[in-house]
Formats: sequence, C-alpha cells, structure tokens
Amino acid sequence: MSNDLTISRRAVLAGTGALIFSFSASPLPAQDAAAPPSASPPAPPLPGSLKQFPYLDSWIRIDAGGSITVCTGKAELGQGIKTALSQIAAEQLDADFDKVEIITADTALTPNEGYTAGSHSLQDSGTAILHAAAQVRQILIAEAAKRAAMPPERMQTQRAAVIAPDGRRFGYGDLVSAALLHVQAAPQSPLKAPSDYNIMGQAQQRIDIPAKVTGGAAYVQDLRPDGMVHGRVVRPPSYGATLTDVDAAAIEKMPGVVKVVRDGSFLGVIAEREFQAVEAMRALAAAAHWQETAKLPDGAALPALLLGLPSQDTAVFDQHGPAPGNGKTLSATYTRPYVSHGSIGPSCAVARFDGDALTVWTHTQGVYPDRDAIAEMLRMPKEKVRLTHAEGSGCYGHNGADDAAADAAVLARALPGRPVRVQWTREQEHAWEPYGPAMVVKVSASLDATGRKIADWDYGVWSNTHSMRPGGAGALLAAQSLAQPFTPPPPKPIPMPEGGGDRNSIPLYKFPSARVVSRFLPTMPVRVSALRALGGYMNVFCIESFMDELALAAGADPVEFRLQHLDDPRARDAVSTAAKNFGWPGKAAPGHGNGFAFARYKNLAAYCAIACEVEVDRESGRARMVRAVAAVDSGQVVNPDGIKNQIEGAILQSTSWTLFENVTFDHRRITSVDWASYPILRFSDVPDAVDVHVIDRPGTPFLGSGEAGQGPAAAAVANAIANATGKRFRDLPISRQRIKTAIGV
Amino acid sequence: MKLDINNRQHDVDVDPRTPLLYVLRDDLKLNAAKFGCGLGQCGACTVLVDGKPVFSCVTPLALLAGKKITTVEGLGTTDNPAPIQRAFIEEQAAQCGYCIAGMIMRAQALLLGNPHADDAEIRAWLEPNLCRCGTHMRILRAVRRAQELIKTAQTGAAG
Repeated sequence: MSNDLTISRRAVLAGTGALIFSFSASPLPAQDAAAPPSASPPAPPLPGSLKQFPYLDSWIRIDAGGSITVCTGKAELGQGIKTALSQIAAEQLDADFDKVEIITADTALTPNEGYTAGSHSLQDSGTAILHAAAQVRQILIAEAAKRAAMPPERMQTQRAAVIAPDGRRFGYGDLVSAALLHVQAAPQSPLKAPSDYNIMGQAQQRIDIPAKVTGGAAYVQDLRPDGMVHGRVVRPPSYGATLTDVDAAAIEKMPGVVKVVRDGSFLGVIAEREFQAVEAMRALAAAAHWQETAKLPDGAALPALLLGLPSQDTAVFDQHGPAPGNGKTLSATYTRPYVSHGSIGPSCAVARFDGDALTVWTHTQGVYPDRDAIAEMLRMPKEKVRLTHAEGSGCYGHNGADDAAADAAVLARALPGRPVRVQWTREQEHAWEPYGPAMVVKVSASLDATGRKIADWDYGVWSNTHSMRPGGAGALLAAQSLAQPFTPPPPKPIPMPEGGGDRNSIPLYKFPSARVVSRFLPTMPVRVSALRALGGYMNVFCIESFMDELALAAGADPVEFRLQHLDDPRARDAVSTAAKNFGWPGKAAPGHGNGFAFARYKNLAAYCAIACEVEVDRESGRARMVRAVAAVDSGQVVNPDGIKNQIEGAILQSTSWTLFENVTFDHRRITSVDWASYPILRFSDVPDAVDVHVIDRPGTPFLGSGEAGQGPAAAAVANAIANATGKRFRDLPISRQRIKTAIGV
Repeated sequence: MKLDINNRQHDVDVDPRTPLLYVLRDDLKLNAAKFGCGLGQCGACTVLVDGKPVFSCVTPLALLAGKKITTVEGLGTTDNPAPIQRAFIEEQAAQCGYCIAGMIMRAQALLLGNPHADDAEIRAWLEPNLCRCGTHMRILRAVRRAQELIKTAQTGAAG
C-alpha cells in the first residue's frame, strides 16, 4: 500500500501533484485496541507514539527504489527536529543520513501526534521512530535471510542493505513488498548498542539551514501556488469589540481588490497583489466602526488583581516532616507580567477551498487539533479539511499561527478555487497573540535549628491557564467573530505532573516539610495561552531566586546550598558540571555579580544548570549578561549541536524576557504593538560568551531540550544581579528603571 | 520601471509607492528578504542598495531607480555559497532562520565596507536587526568566520 510511495517534500510544500492516497497513519482500530479476553498477561505498552500508531509503516516507509521516508506528526519549529529524527532513523536502519527523507506534520500523511510542544518531540516521536526503525531493520534482515537461506543472526546491515556472509547484498528496496512493513510494532526492539552509534550522538548539520541562508523556499510565507491571491484581515481595536458598521463600497473599487469579506465582526479583504491587499486593509480599517466593550485591568496593580480573583486551589505537594523549622524564616512575593511570544515573522497561512474540500498550509504546532477546529468553524467534515505544516518564524508556543490559519480558511471559503495567502501585520501579531500569563508566587521557608538547611517550605502560585490551544473552533479568533460565533471553551488547568501554571512548582530539592498549592485563576482579563516552558519559567525563577535568598540567610555558598538539598545524582552532576566549568564561585569584578540556578524541566525531563556573570551599570541601571555556562542532561543525545543551539537560544531569549519584556495595555486596548513599544534583547545586550556542556547518557530515554533552559536562565540572571547590587529583584522584568530605582544612584 | 536586482535588469509594472520588499517577494519570487514588521524596526527585510543595508519593507520603488539592489539570492547558492552564507552554515547559525537573510545582508555590507571589523564593531553594526530565537552568539561567530574565509581566499588567490 504505502511501500511504493515516493513523496517529494518540495511537492508537499508546494502543494503540487496529487498526494491523496491511502496510508497507514491510522490509530489502532477499536477492535484491536479492545483487550482480547485472555489469560496471558497484557503486553507491555509500546514505546513513545507507537502506543497510538503501532503500524511500522506509519513511521518508516521504503519504496522499491530503496528510498527511505520517515513520517513524524511533529513539526519543525526551528528546533532542528527534522534533522534529529532523521539521525535516529538512519542510525537504527543502518542507512546513510542523507538518504533519509522526512515528512512532518500533515493530516493527510503523518500520524496524529497532537502538538509539537512541551519538549515532547524526541520523547514521543523520536522514541517511536527509534523503535520502528530498529524493528524495520529486523524485518528486512529476516526477509533477506529467508531469501539467502541463511540464519538471520549471520546477516549484517550497512548502507541500506542486508549483507549475507557470502557477500550477497540485498538492498532494502529489493526486500520490501506490499505489506512487509504494514505490521504492528512489538514492545521490544532490537536496538543497536549505543557504543555502536555513529550517527546519533554526533553533531549533524541541520538539513533545513542551507535553504534558509540561500533564499530557498523554506517557509509558509514562501508558498506561491498558481492563482494565489493575498488576503488581509482587519482585527477589532480591542478584545470583544463588535463591528457595527463598515462602508466597503469604496474599498471594493480599489485597484486589485477581489473581494471584501464580512461575516459578523470578521472583516477581511482579498486582492490580486500583496501591497494592494495591504492598502485595502488599511482603508477598510479606517472605514470600520466598532463598539468596544473591553475592560482591561490596571497593569501597575496586576499582582493585586490576580491575588484577588477567585481561584481553584489544589495542593500539588504536601509533605509533613517531623518538626517545623525553628531557624530563620523568610517570605517573599514574586511577580511576572504578560509576556509576548514576539515571533519575528507575523503569522501566515495559505488556504485553498475547492467547493467541498479545504487545504490549509500553516505553521501551527498542531495540524490535527487545528484541522478539527477549522472544520468545526466552517461546519465541514474533518475528512474534507487537510492541514499541512509548513515552517513559519519561530513560535515558542501558541502564537498567532492557528488564528492566521483560520483567517485564511474563512477568506478562502469566500473565493473558491483561488489559494489565499494571509499574513498578519506586526501590530496584529503583537496585539492579538495569546500571551504567556501574568503570575504571582508567594513563598516562605524556614531554616532548621542548625541554620544551614531548609526545614519547611510553603509555596503558592497564582496563574491563569497556560493552554487555550484549539481545542474546538472557539479557540480561534476568526470563529469568535463570525455572525454565528463560537465561544472560547472554559479555561482548564493542565494537570500535574507536567502542569501548567504549576509546572515546576514542586522543588526538586528535598525538604523535611513542604507544601505547594496551585491557585488556578479561571478569569482571564487578557488573552493567554502556552508560552515556552509555561509556568516552568516563573516557578523556576521563584524557587531558584528564593534558594539564593535562603543560602544568603544560611551563610552558605549558593551552589553548595543547592547540593545539600539535592539527592538526584543526575541533578547533582548537572549542577557540578556548570559550576566547575564556570569556575564557581569566582570573584566578580566591581559592578559585576555571579548567579547560579538549576532545574529539571517539569521535574521529569531535561536537567539544566546555568551559571552566569552579569554587569550592572550603576548610573543607568542597565544589566547585561557577560558570560554564561550551562550544563544540560537531555538523556541520550541525538544531535549535540542541536541541544547546544536550543540551550544557547533559551539563555538569550529568557534573558530578554527577564530584563526587558512586559505586555502593556490601557483600560481597553493592548498598547505594546510593535518592537518600539515592546523592546526585546538586541546585539548590544548579548553576552561575550555562552558555553553549553552537554552531558550524554547513552541508552537512556530522550528527555527533550526545547524548554529546559528558560527557568534556570531567568533565575541565574536575577541571582547575578542580586550578587552585583546587593538588592533582590522579585518583580519581572528586572528592568533598567527598576534597578536604577532600587540602587538609588 | 527598471530595477537592477542581483546584477540583472528587471522591468516591473508596479505602483512606485510599493515598498521594494513586495516586489522582491511577489514579482521576482525571491524568498530571502522577509516581512517582519513593515515598520523598519526588525531588519528581517534587509537588502543592499548600492552596497548599503536598507529596510526593503519601508523603501518605496520610487527611490530605487538606477540603484543596484542585492539580496541573499545574489550572493550565492546552496551549491556555491558566498563566504557569508558558508559561514552561517558552518556555524549552524540559525534556529527558525526567519531573521537570518536580513542578518546575512547587513553582515555582507560590513564585510564590504569594513572587512576587518572587530567584535565590538560587528555587534554595533548588527544592532538594528532582531533575532527572537536567541541565535546571536552563532550569528556573531558566523560573521567572524566569514571574515576568516574571505581572508583565506584572498591569501590563497595572492599566493
């Protein structure tokens, strides 16, 4: 069925050629999933996403010509996932890395692996592909052994062929037949010994970079299917505003304008040329009259507002030791504002409606859930809607991608047969993306009688939800504004152990008594959703800042103090590796300070410790990271340079959030709507050096790396600033103004 | 009007108020220069006009008659990359890569105008361009590597 499949990634991206065929990326059929009545013990669960998609040819396809295609439901977000997954497949198949093609998230071609989020790609998809590839190799060996009339143990594999002891060579393409790989995975796989790896664990140049540095077609923005027109939307001036009146007659007569589309409060325009669409959008915005109803809170009083909202409280950790601490007690409150994803490229999508079928090319993180939402919005059967992932600008979570896809879908429906490309404006991206939520943490802790160790710990975190992803149509801006609108679903907390606002709220440190309460706030004054690391950024910032405050109270070195409370050997290893390579504690120059922080992401993924040096200019209050040293343990390493790139990026991006960023609004409208009103880190703020040490754990599970650095980087910066100034900053961002005010020069 | 883009003459029939970026992307179907803000704030659209970096998103065609415009496509190809492109590949200086074409063009202007720029000069030169993934360390390394690649090539050619 799928073994004669040859797919050009370019054809997929360009949407050319017929790509409609049956394929086996189907979940386990219900009758298979139902446990058969049997006395035998249940089989162990399949690894990674094989649990949901057990057929090997859902993941690995080999055609008669020997072409190897890997299918993943995860999307390339610039994190290098295409490269890492190809490395895994090539390694376990014994094929050359550059002979492996990869197809990413597409509702017509790949398994449904949900969202590409939570640093799950290697854990879910990587693990599935690791095992599927190893089992495919075993099947090919068995087939070759049968043909050679030799025992399989005497066969070897190399360069996509099985080699018999007598030298006969069976290319993988010659061995595959119609149904050979259409079998369900076994729970156990004949994985190679990590000591035999020569592709996994080696730095591999990313396959997507050459096109990106030479002007190749690399992004959804670069799609130009025949007959394409340009759509633009006019968003309301504030949340929930309704379109009362618009005289579009003059706009419809503007050069190149094909159509003005109005459906309730959804307003858009389609034009033949892009700049014509831009000009028509501007004219349409000027002609539109809105009734505004939004009431946004006072940004300066945000923490008090959050603390006053009704909350749903859950004790996510509660442990009572023998006696309460009777040493010194410290209490602190930490706050963070709304933070923007701030994608450099505004969201974009291309959609084509052909009467009864819709295709959308989108940089969503979840083609399947977004497909379901768009189908619901347009009241179409899901099977008639196809979403194909094409890269966009980095998203770092739920940005405008899904909404732009919905906008393109609504406009395309109004103009059947013509592909419609929608690109948001900078101001729309900044004003309408769902931000990382504002949060408040209150924490207190007591030292024990020796004054050296923490005896008890009491921590509460106040937060909105960290995921309003589709879901249903109600999550989409376009759907909310249609004449027959969909309402957003009620916000829900993400349960532990991964958690949302409470992600990483339980310290990895061991204290005799500890209580952690998650205070979930359903009321949402500002549109929010998932931003890289979710609550893990704020909670690690708070825990690791407070650990430094306690270390100071205990008169202990911050790294030593952490190690005293840490018994996980891998955690200790990460802390020690970062400290050693930094030269901790070192002696900071005048005006400089050193800071340290550590976390295990979600308490179950990658370990990351960061030491950094920050300089603070007393006159201006300006803080700049001078250097950082990180140690990261992501389990079995696939692409060490990919991990370094992710952690380097995490350190710089998190430093930007921590020092500069704050979504602003007045009583009605978002006011941080471009890079002037929402400044981020620039080259003059960049450190002199960032050094990432990757700790390999051969043969252990993949832990993911995309988000592990966000929290530790924030706290390391805050601790270094405290070390440099003698002042503790508990409100984010630690802006130039706040520092200047606190140190009082 | 006539435009000189990557050493080729192009006749375009477009409203002269149109920003160059839309002509590059839509009429010439060049992918490299990106729409980032349309406000001249982020640098994703940076191209060279007579060797100087320019925000193509806010530069109307009317200003470009007789000028030489260079985009990433005019530097080299995947098979034959220019030193600055080779350096970005060798340093793996991209995450999402959306800002990178603009970074490359701004860096290229520096390599042309001040080939021996030191680290502080490189940082100051790149200041107008934003990167959101935090790839700055690698971008800086790539520019320094490009300087080395050019120097080595010149030494080789001279010797």
